[in-house]
Amino acid sequence: MALDKNGIAKRIAQEVQDGFYVNLGIGIPTLVANYVRNDIEVEFQSENGVLGMGPFPFEDEEDADIINAGKQTITTMPGASFFDSSMSFAMIRGKHVHLTILGAMEVSENGDIANWKIPGKMVKGMGGAMDLVASAENIIVAMMHTNKAGESKILKRCSLPLTGVGCVTKVVTNLAVLEVKNNAFYLLERAPGVSVEEIKKATEGTLVVDREIPEMDI
Amino acid sequence: MINKKVNNVQEALTGVKNGMTFMLGGFGLCGIPENAISELVKLDIREVTCISNNAGVDDFGLGLLLQNKQIKKMISSYVGENDEFERQMLSGELEVELTPQGTLAEKCRAAQAGFPAFYTPAGYGTEVAEGKETRDFDGKMYVLEPAFKADFAFVKAWKGDAAGNLVFKGTSRNFNPNMCGAATITVAEVEELVPVGELDPNNVHVPGIFVQRIFQGKNYEKRIEQRTVRQKQ
Repeated sequence: MALDKNGIAKRIAQEVQDGFYVNLGIGIPTLVANYVRNDIEVEFQSENGVLGMGPFPFEDEEDADIINAGKQTITTMPGASFFDSSMSFAMIRGKHVHLTILGAMEVSENGDIANWKIPGKMVKGMGGAMDLVASAENIIVAMMHTNKAGESKILKRCSLPLTGVGCVTKVVTNLAVLEVKNNAFYLLERAPGVSVEEIKKATEGTLVVDREIPEMDI
Repeated sequence: MINKKVNNVQEALTGVKNGMTFMLGGFGLCGIPENAISELVKLDIREVTCISNNAGVDDFGLGLLLQNKQIKKMISSYVGENDEFERQMLSGELEVELTPQGTLAEKCRAAQAGFPAFYTPAGYGTEVAEGKETRDFDGKMYVLEPAFKADFAFVKAWKGDAAGNLVFKGTSRNFNPNMCGAATITVAEVEELVPVGELDPNNVHVPGIFVQRIFQGKNYEKRIEQRTVRQKQ
């Protein structure tokens, strides 16, 4: 069965390693924090100016001055720090953040990503995504494999305006884990109960299946 | 001590005119200069360019200036929370320059620090880089981005003193420190104007040299955009 959003987050959480500083985008990526193993030390950075983000506050303990980049009220962990926007992006552009997890509308086999604009329809802006994808060496995209009409979002070439070029290294969807290299998507794992055939059908970009494909262990 | 204190928001906004460019601190509704925005609405200053990460929501923050059609052009990174903004932009009434968030912050900081421009990897290969100079450094491509030029910067701090020193709380810091000294005149409004000497010099976030006018703000609403909580077990 295809994964739901929490399933995708759960699988991505396995990519988070001890000692990592991690930036989580809005949407599915935010859920990743809920599934990170608790025997490792990880600090979450939010680009609006906090390192060491904690869980949501208890009711009546919200503070309008302490939010994440999704404008949600949050708390901080012991050892946390606050800083200005310029310093926040120094952490990002300067490659001090180890892992970036973000959502996408489309990705392509050469590692391009589109997630900020549908011309004439929806223009919300790129926020910090262009800075994040231009700098991070370790970018995981969390997304649905197809749109609501069943059309693939895992493409040869993105059709929407790009957020970054040649930057995506890994994609985790509701159907599969894909590695992006050599101008192709290499299938690494499939969602429990999902066949390689189903993944092939849902993938418009070049899909390489060069081994026995295990089910995700989640 | 060089005294930057002015008595109220009216005095602080002396000299604002139609057609000017303003920088406004804040991320979402967090750390926005609420008093300065209200006064700009009252003064009905029009045809302005606003540099601000977001554009408020329909009925608060910069959304108030948008509703009143006072803004000619917005320079922002994310505008997803404001329907009126999206309507004005898609219909062409409002000119919009979407800028990557880190680039937006650095264009402020460059103006503050005396850099005319800087190279950034953000936006290379996208429509943000169209028409801009690009350059290879050590095999990676970068885009040349100029510093902002603005007439006024409106920032909001938690505490400040008459010397113009500022201290921020939590994530309400965001763009505010980067905008101080990045415009011809920086106006700081604070929740608490404390006597000079009370702020520990070790803990000042923005030194007073970057601020021209400071005043005690009032009636802060500090609206929360997304109230997210967890239940007590």
